Amino acid sequence: MQSFSYVAARTLAEATAILAREGDQAKCLSGGTDLIVFLREGRRRASVVVDVKGIPELNQLSYHPQAGLTIGAAVPCHRIYSDPEVTAHYPGLIDAVALIGGIAIQGRATLGGNVCTASPAGDAIPALIAHQAVCVVASPEGTRELPIEQFFRGPGQTVLGTGELLVALKLPPPRPRMGAAYLRFTPRNEMDIAVASAGVAVALSEDKARFAHARVALGAVAPTPLFVPQAGEALINQPVSEAAVEAAARAAQAAARPITDVRGTAEQRRHLAYVLTKRALWRAIERARTDGKERENGKLERGG
Amino acid sequence: MATVEVIAKDNTGTTNGKSYSVIGRRVLRPDGVDKVTGRAQYGADVKLPGLLYGKVLRSPHAHARIRAIDTSAAEQLPGVKAIITGKDLPLAEDKVAKSGEGSVNYSYLRQNVLAQDKVLYHGHPVAAVAAVDIHTAEEALALIKVEYEPLPPVLDVLEAMRDDAPILLPGLRTRELGEVVGDKPTNIASHEQFARGDVAAGFAQAAVIVEREFRTNTVHQGYIEPHNATALWNADDHITVWTSTQGAWDQRRDLSALLQVPISRVRVIPMEIGGGFGGKFALYLEPLAALLSRKAGHRPVKMWMQRDEELKATGPTSASVIRVKAGARADGVITAVQVWMAYEAGAFPGSPVSAGMGVIFAPYRLENLLIDGYDVLVNKPPAQPYRAPGGTNAAFAGESVIDELAERLGMDPIAFRRINAAKEGDRRADGPVYGRIGYIETLDAIAAHPHYNAPLPAPSAPYIKVGRGVASGFWFNWDGKSSASATVNPDGTVAYLEGSVDIGGTRASLAMMLAETLGIPYEDVKPMVGDTQTLGFNDGTGGSRTTYGSGIVAYHLGQAIIQELKKRAAALWQVSAEAIQVEGDRYICGDRQIAFKELAEKLDETGGPLSVSVSLDTKGAIPGFGTHVVDVAVDTETGKVTILRYTAAQDVGRAIHPSYVEGQIQGGVAQGIGWALSEEYVYDDEGHLLNASLLDYRMPTALDLPMIEPVIVEVPNPNHPFGVKGVGEVPIVPPAAAIANAIYQAIGVRITTLPMKPAVILKALGRI
Amino acid sequence: MHQKVCVTAIINDEEVTFLCEPRQSLLEVLRDVLGLTGAKEGCNNGNCGACAVLLNGVLVNACLVLGVEVNGARVTTVEGIAPKEGLHPLQRKFLEHAALQCGVCTPGFIVAAKALLDRNPNPTEHEVRHWLAGNLCRCTGYDKIVRAVLDAAAEMRAQRQPT
Ligand SMILES: Cc1cc2nc3c(=O)[nH]c(=O)nc-3n(C[C@H](O)[C@H](O)[C@H](O)COP(=O)(O)OP(=O)(O)OC[C@H]3O[C@@H](n4cnc5c(N)ncnc54)[C@H](O)[C@@H]3O)c2cc1C
Ligand code: FES
Ligand code: FES
Repeated sequence: MQSFSYVAARTLAEATAILAREGDQAKCLSGGTDLIVFLREGRRRASVVVDVKGIPELNQLSYHPQAGLTIGAAVPCHRIYSDPEVTAHYPGLIDAVALIGGIAIQGRATLGGNVCTASPAGDAIPALIAHQAVCVVASPEGTRELPIEQFFRGPGQTVLGTGELLVALKLPPPRPRMGAAYLRFTPRNEMDIAVASAGVAVALSEDKARFAHARVALGAVAPTPLFVPQAGEALINQPVSEAAVEAAARAAQAAARPITDVRGTAEQRRHLAYVLTKRALWRAIERARTDGKERENGKLERGG
Repeated sequence: MATVEVIAKDNTGTTNGKSYSVIGRRVLRPDGVDKVTGRAQYGADVKLPGLLYGKVLRSPHAHARIRAIDTSAAEQLPGVKAIITGKDLPLAEDKVAKSGEGSVNYSYLRQNVLAQDKVLYHGHPVAAVAAVDIHTAEEALALIKVEYEPLPPVLDVLEAMRDDAPILLPGLRTRELGEVVGDKPTNIASHEQFARGDVAAGFAQAAVIVEREFRTNTVHQGYIEPHNATALWNADDHITVWTSTQGAWDQRRDLSALLQVPISRVRVIPMEIGGGFGGKFALYLEPLAALLSRKAGHRPVKMWMQRDEELKATGPTSASVIRVKAGARADGVITAVQVWMAYEAGAFPGSPVSAGMGVIFAPYRLENLLIDGYDVLVNKPPAQPYRAPGGTNAAFAGESVIDELAERLGMDPIAFRRINAAKEGDRRADGPVYGRIGYIETLDAIAAHPHYNAPLPAPSAPYIKVGRGVASGFWFNWDGKSSASATVNPDGTVAYLEGSVDIGGTRASLAMMLAETLGIPYEDVKPMVGDTQTLGFNDGTGGSRTTYGSGIVAYHLGQAIIQELKKRAAALWQVSAEAIQVEGDRYICGDRQIAFKELAEKLDETGGPLSVSVSLDTKGAIPGFGTHVVDVAVDTETGKVTILRYTAAQDVGRAIHPSYVEGQIQGGVAQGIGWALSEEYVYDDEGHLLNASLLDYRMPTALDLPMIEPVIVEVPNPNHPFGVKGVGEVPIVPPAAAIANAIYQAIGVRITTLPMKPAVILKALGRI
Repeated sequence: MHQKVCVTAIINDEEVTFLCEPRQSLLEVLRDVLGLTGAKEGCNNGNCGACAVLLNGVLVNACLVLGVEVNGARVTTVEGIAPKEGLHPLQRKFLEHAALQCGVCTPGFIVAAKALLDRNPNPTEHEVRHWLAGNLCRCTGYDKIVRAVLDAAAEMRAQRQPT
């Protein structure tokens, strides 16, 4: 590995000042499960590594029924799924963070790292899009906010400029009768990267017969995680039915622009976009109908 | 989920008319405490004063000529102590030595450990550096400039066989049925043939004929401990190597030949080994570390591989193309089989194709057969043995066709196999006549097993289809040379030094056999693995030979101690040694008797210290057979196959330590499942390996497998004092075929390529 | 360049101060600097779990942590699992069940399994398999490992409950 220096930043100002000064040669270190591998393999270079885990704003994890959820960019997955409120209200996100790597990866890996790595297959991202997350970005000049679906420019590329870092993700409070789910397809059951994935959120009408709200996002089928508004629109005001779900899944499939690579073929991914959207939607609908009861009954797959 | 039965029962009993007190028990392994506390010393744990760290520069090309190597900038980097390139290796003769079950050609070995004028695969070593720490060594690699002239690579076995294919080794000529004929440059290293009877006549009698082509992909042994070596080339030109190897003596011989130093100046110390499965016989880092050590002023140099280096440049096993035609009469008797198989050798000759030819229809009595096999070079790392080398590929093809024949005849797959099953006295395709094999017994064990007789599990969703499959497998098993020595301690224990590296608990099994022979408790035998300086030659741990061959040596070692102790008892009582009878641990003469322990206390007064050593070239291995049954669930929307239940019956002769026998079966099955469903090498068109990590080279995790139920069948080997046949390799042979047959039952399509990954299943179903 | 940093951490209940370069991983530090070679390097990129340790009680892969990151933290390695006398029940059950063959994955499995049982004293087979999915074993097929963990959990529960 190339040599670099290490700074454990204590404040946003300290961290953003270093990032602004060192530019491309400075890299944020959150959980390190991507960065350390990238540096070791020479895929990224750094002269200074700025550890952002000690910055308070990046460590917050707070839920409020009106304000919603704020997750600091440096909060590791295991803290997220160990939080009963997040588990109860943001099931799609929980599906995703409980899938990243294995338990030891989840002990370190953070949402901020997952988002900033900007992999088209990053598991948290479609779920965050479905949950309408907003990115809070800081620079020496101050902070700005943008919807997560606007955060990505291409594989490994984000809109972050020199001196900027991701502070937190803000998720609006869940709507009434809302359910969300994230599903991915991997050949192995764990320790694998998505061949394709779907993150969805739905809210049902008061009688639970129609869709009042729906969002669908796909992973690993385009250069960036893909928000598919058409798929959500195909559901809104439609009755909860096989036909509506089928139409949404077909819309998602049509939006997919996959490539063939070592993990899967384009045709396989296009097909999976359909299958996963359909299955994720039914899972989300089930959750919306039971208002998260299924989750509390402990069906969630986590060892701990 | 189901609660799990606590430790399974011991398996003591009788073999060959003898009853046992130690054999068959589930004793604790002697090296166990060190391994669960992290204290055991593996190769990478070696630390020596003045230690340097070495790294290898590897080719970014799959096929290229090396025009020039410039190491000057790297040499200038502070902390760099030595750099070597191909020129630093002495010229090796074009000599072939027998190594383990295979052979080693020193000219090829030399070209492989450090490329000479050409690189032949992505990851081929080009230079090596020793420096004060690993990071400095790595930085130095980046400063070495290599000028390459890229050449077109060939990655597919059939393409490599074409006349217009790029040629890897210009000097290579085909060995046609053992003889070099013609003078045409080629990638076909050899063509072999097994023939018997008249296949045309056989097919003419057949009521059904099945003909299919199968393809399997390159896979890796996947041991968790990467290759490593620490070497000290001392100022007196003696070389000591601490390494992770399956065969220390083989390595000593090969190092001596490669470095051209007398064998007496090379000492190979096998450290604890973190898995091998055949992949840790060949030399990779050892000669480099030794040369670097010499060049760095006789400081020790430690090297170990990163996982991408493992996958790019160490022993995968062959991809293959196998064409099978087989016919059977309406009553189920197989009338003829014809097989054409081509196995990838990688960059140098040496695929396990001939083993594959032997395995493919080994379980069956055949009057008419014709099997052709080709060993073919491609731009991939040279193939190394991998657990039953060549067997899984072959059985995937053979047992899929057997299943189809049974189906076409409307017969139960086990009943069909039983009709054709080979027995003692039948002749194998490759010639030898079977001794007391236990194939039929494994068929009967599965036929009677609750798994085979249970209804199929209900599908968990409308898009899930379930199926059950059966397949059998064979492995030759090996005997070979072993050495051991023992000293009787005054407290009645026995210090036991043996030459087989312990990869999976063999220290325990061997100590059990010695204890059984001596009639003393297992705990009183203190086993230790020796090195090339402390014992005579010992063949490597592989070929399912250790419990067999080293077990025979343990028995004879015990007998030698007994003979010696008879003399001591005789001396004590002033009688002749012939007058002493031995029963268990008792030495008896008339009404006088003395126990082993007490006799040991009296060694000083009866002639002094007692140590014995035994070296033997053992004979008499008998092949092993297994029959497996598996239930699978196929997700017809995603193409994913899940293993629901797995049962594996195997004739092991005699299970010395049942837990470790079961462990071998379970581990082999798990590897077979990975090979069947998810493991493969993915290359791009230029021959770059794209999935050189354990994230993308997908070996099964704990969540991908169910419990694997082993069924131990014991048909003792009359040639072994305790009936042992060997266990390790058979269990990886049937899984791919068994799973393919189960998938067929689930979805009605025969999958003929490995791995049977989701995209393949989706295609077969017409979903994509 | 190559400046070393002074780090103080509590490793296996002992305060330790060491020097390391920022680019050295915790795994390198443990193995090379501190001589704790129980954690193994199987992949050096988070894929195999052979290097598993506990960092402030949380299961992590030491190859994906920088040595400098553990300043002020508590680290537990396989060398710190056993009590003063004898073995931890997991260690004993691994031996009794023959849950190791080559043993190179064993330290990682024992550390990971301890982290599981610290949180969930009564896991199901599925939960054990899920928790251990980040630890690769190529020798055993996992069967005996899973049994050993379940059996250790049962024994620890029985010991905890006054009868
Ligand atoms: C074995 C293994 C398995 C994995 N499996 C999965 C998986 O299943 N699914 C998946 O999605 N990913 C997976 N990953 C990738 C990785 O674990 C995740 O992307 C993880 O979420 C990254 O988080 P981190 O905190 O470790 O990021 P880091 O490595 O710390 O950082 C990642 C990148 O983001 C930058 N960065 C970090 N924080 C900030 C910030 N606040 N502001 C700006 N830039 C920042 C870093 O500079 C770096 O470029 C796996 C990785 C490994 C090693
Ligand atoms: S060495 Fe750290 S996970 Fe493999
Ligand atoms: S026992 Fe060898 S890898 Fe697990």
